Amino acid sequence: MNIIEVKNLTKKYGDFTAVNGISFAVEKGEIFGFLGPNGAGKSTTIGMLSTLITVTAGRAKINNFDVAEETDEVRRSIGLVFQDPSLDDRLKARENLEFHARLYGLTKKEYKERVKEVLELVELWDRRENLVRSFSGGMKRRLEIARGLIHFPKLLFLDEPTLGLDPQTRAHIWEYILKLRESQQMTIFMTTHYMNEAEYCDRIAIIDQGEIVALDTPEKLKRKVGGDIVQLRSAEKDKLAAELKKRYRLKVKSEGEKLSIEVPDGEKFLPRLFNELDASIDAIELRKPTLEDVFLKLTGRKIREEEASAKDQMREAIRIRRRR
Amino acid sequence: MYYLRSVLTIWEREVVRYTRDRYRIIPTIFQPIMFLIIFGAGLRGPLSSSNLGVDFVKFMYPGIIAMNVMGIAFFSSISTVWDREFGFLKEILVAPVERSAIVLGKALGATTIASTQALILLLIAPFIGLSIHPLIVLRLFLFMLLLSFAISGMSLVIASLMKTMESFGVVMQLFIFPMFFLSGAFFPLTSVPHWMAVLSRISPLTYGVDAARQIILGSQVDSGVIARLVIHPVYVDALFLVIFSLVTVSISVAAFNRKD
Repeated sequence: MNIIEVKNLTKKYGDFTAVNGISFAVEKGEIFGFLGPNGAGKSTTIGMLSTLITVTAGRAKINNFDVAEETDEVRRSIGLVFQDPSLDDRLKARENLEFHARLYGLTKKEYKERVKEVLELVELWDRRENLVRSFSGGMKRRLEIARGLIHFPKLLFLDEPTLGLDPQTRAHIWEYILKLRESQQMTIFMTTHYMNEAEYCDRIAIIDQGEIVALDTPEKLKRKVGGDIVQLRSAEKDKLAAELKKRYRLKVKSEGEKLSIEVPDGEKFLPRLFNELDASIDAIELRKPTLEDVFLKLTGRKIREEEASAKDQMREAIRIRRRR
Repeated sequence: MYYLRSVLTIWEREVVRYTRDRYRIIPTIFQPIMFLIIFGAGLRGPLSSSNLGVDFVKFMYPGIIAMNVMGIAFFSSISTVWDREFGFLKEILVAPVERSAIVLGKALGATTIASTQALILLLIAPFIGLSIHPLIVLRLFLFMLLLSFAISGMSLVIASLMKTMESFGVVMQLFIFPMFFLSGAFFPLTSVPHWMAVLSRISPLTYGVDAARQIILGSQVDSGVIARLVIHPVYVDALFLVIFSLVTVSISVAAFNRKD
């Protein structure tokens, strides 16, 4: 069954098109990801799917409820962990969760037990009486995940779940998320611009400038790039290049001191190089394609923040301003 | 049932947050007392009771209470802008809660907090030479509930237009201070220039001060004097505030409904 169904979803802010007619579906129990640079339209899409932002055109259904027409039912079906922290600093952890539980209609009996459950799941039960102000970034994020789960949602939205967290905390958070998927068959929709995080997904949609440029499993996407990249150094560079071209009919790229070839199944190919070639090889490097390579190939640009183009930065600025 | 429970949940958060913030509560009591002492001592002589018909401090006192109530109600509801700045508002908006329940919860929270403060200020009355008996306390409390609800409604409308707390300074200058000074707390509005009379009529605080003055001083000051200091009967003041509340709360609900 499809938990999310999106058809031609569009969002315009005046002349600016943040999301341009995207369509996709997410199956129950999937971990589905939106991967793309800042300003690509990821948060805007989540905003529309979570009923916080109005849809300009197109349709979206969550758990079979239309986001525009059956807003309350959609809200009851989803849990949301925002990109920016959204806890009340001046309340205790327990109070934050109870507030949420009550707004979602749980009775006192129901939520007393449930709050304990979710706090234990994220290992914050012993901090329940502390003010959230005293929590670290990782703890706050864990608390928000706990909060998103209180009302037994069918679908959990994670908008850049580990943004700004250190690697260790990141690993822990993913531990919880994967536990969740297993124990509760929760469907998870997440957005990220971290490539290695996207690897956790069953399927990824690569989104750029408001459009989906590719949608598939991480494996298949990477295979689309071509093959593994093998880089070779050799004292007999030209001889090696000629041999590679002749024997294997490979296109050989010369990058400074190195030669670069692309082959499927690099690990299997490497031993052949050592066994079958005459020319000597001094050093060799095998690089498997990453989602960064996929993005680069599809859009001609890089995902990483440091290299964000001016246009991406502008989109991000607009997004931040509009978010208010 | 769920509707009432959601209003209650939102209300409770407003009250809990306020009572926890000790640093906010002390100054809010300090300010009105300071006004009374300083203005009272300073202006008592020049504005002798022969002109007003009543001792100046006694004249100011009801207005000071109303101003204080307004200040607290206003600041409580402006917390919505904080919520927006720090993202908590999204958490509320994404919940299956009626937007009107959100507005009511916040307004009633501000009302509770501000009106309770008025009761505390009534304790000063004996020190000024006013006797306060239970009926006065009750009538004032009820009226302050109405005033704070109206102010909170206004504050929520302003909050829905403010994107950040930085605009706050502007709001203070343009709205709050003029309202304070035009309210009739410091001088009677019965004999002011026409332009001032018009401006003061638009402000809800004016009606709050007017009613508070009648409620507190009514039994202790000669009725002829009262008549010269007061603009409307209490029920007219109340009516204005009820209408003002309905309008501002409706606009707030509409603003919350308008999603980005």
